[in-house]
Amino acid sequence: MAEEVRAEMVANVWKIVVAEGDQVQDGDTIAILESMKMEIPVIAEAAGTVSLKVAEGDVVQEGDLIAVIG
Amino acid sequence: MTSSWTFDSVLVANRGEIARRVIRSVQRLGLKAVAVYSEADASLPFVAEADDAVLLGPAPPAQSYLDVAKVLEAAEQSGAQAIHPGYGFLSENVAFAQAVADAGLVWVGPSPGAIFAMADKVAARNLIGSAGVPVAPGTREPVADVEAALAAALTVGYPLMVKAAGGGGGIGMSVAHDDDELATAFATAQSRAERFFGNPSILLERYVANARHVEVQILGLSDGRVVALGERDCSVQRRHQKVAEETPCPVLTPPVRARMISAAVRAGEAVGYRGAGTVEFLLDTGSLASGGEFYFLEMNTRLQVEHPITELVTGVDLVEQQLLAASGLPPSFDPDAVVRNGHAIELRVYAEDPKRFLPSPGTITRWVEPAGPGIRVDAGYAQGDTVTPFYDPLLAKLCVHGPDRSAALELARAAVASFEIEGLKTNLPFFTELLANEEFIAGGYDTGLIDRMRSPKAPAS
Repeated sequence: MAEEVRAEMVANVWKIVVAEGDQVQDGDTIAILESMKMEIPVIAEAAGTVSLKVAEGDVVQEGDLIAVIG
Repeated sequence: MTSSWTFDSVLVANRGEIARRVIRSVQRLGLKAVAVYSEADASLPFVAEADDAVLLGPAPPAQSYLDVAKVLEAAEQSGAQAIHPGYGFLSENVAFAQAVADAGLVWVGPSPGAIFAMADKVAARNLIGSAGVPVAPGTREPVADVEAALAAALTVGYPLMVKAAGGGGGIGMSVAHDDDELATAFATAQSRAERFFGNPSILLERYVANARHVEVQILGLSDGRVVALGERDCSVQRRHQKVAEETPCPVLTPPVRARMISAAVRAGEAVGYRGAGTVEFLLDTGSLASGGEFYFLEMNTRLQVEHPITELVTGVDLVEQQLLAASGLPPSFDPDAVVRNGHAIELRVYAEDPKRFLPSPGTITRWVEPAGPGIRVDAGYAQGDTVTPFYDPLLAKLCVHGPDRSAALELARAAVASFEIEGLKTNLPFFTELLANEEFIAGGYDTGLIDRMRSPKAPAS
């Protein structure tokens, strides 16, 4: 089953750590958001293939989809 | 009222609560206050309260508050003759201070040379150490790579604090207990240092466990004297960033305080300091019984976030003194007769969740500040304002002043309980916890306090 990874808060997408289609494990870092001068890692909570929904430099709102792990 | 200011209008190159606080003193002194702001901040109180306001540009700091050319342009456009940088942003930027002077404007701060001398933590340590101020054992030169760091660890000894030499705000700092941790900490620090400070230099220092962070407020006067206005204890920290401060420091004995103040004044004299500055020390609490050892950490060549608690106990307006010193005028108080009254505490109210301290931007739907005798709130926002993710999470500084520490704690509890903020998460519930925490109430805490509160199994000091 696909796992949706969503933003916990309004933030800028600082860095995408994985590439589209990469295989990730539970606990791997997918991206790093930046909000209020703090870096917030976005962690995969399941293993699978990553489909990215944002790009570096994007601004995400709370609840926005960052990636789907299928 | 002073009649010989060398300027009659001051541009405040900052935002939020500190811009508002500086504007207040500028206006009280009969001077004109000019605000600059980004598109994201157009509706904030500091913009409305200034006598004039100039839009700098889009929200990201690099295109607004950090853009030297735009700030100078705003000064020219508004006719401002002096620039007050607040803290953060361009306040400790040597090139900016120099550019302000080159544009024929008055820089409300120390000389570019003094900023430069303190900007690099390695150089600052060496300079201050040679002025006879104690510094923690550490590297006397920047550490270039992991191999050099591992070699330096052999002489300095573990545990080690790994820091960005050009850094601040706790960014990139971590503690290493062995070679493996050092290799990881070094890589992290170097990438953060490059990204946030444009300077990959790394410094290693002996880590003092169970330390308190105690700093001294200094003021360089127009006649060249450097005086001190007492200390502030800033040991309540999360992620190496301050959350609450108090003055006086509850564990400092008069002889240790006297030594620390004299060391801070020597540090200021070593760089010919002018205006308000802060000399930060680590106080080794394990050594208090045997005389009290402290080490120079760094010097902040600007107004400090937590300056209000010093103002509360001394009655001295530090922004006024900065403006006077920048104008070549004597201070408006007698530096030889400063009396410190009572006890003051500052709580930094952040837009962050109170458990994990993660950022929580959003729109403020309700905002009611506590008020009354002994309460001072320096706020950057009001009801209806939006807190954006572009800047730091500081919403307001809730400061209380009582006749003694227990009265100040009581005032703080009441003030926290009556501070109403809705629409986003704030750390006010954390302050309720802090003000009920036995270790904090007893006063004998250290910089590990919050970690112990959040993971009760961590060893007590």
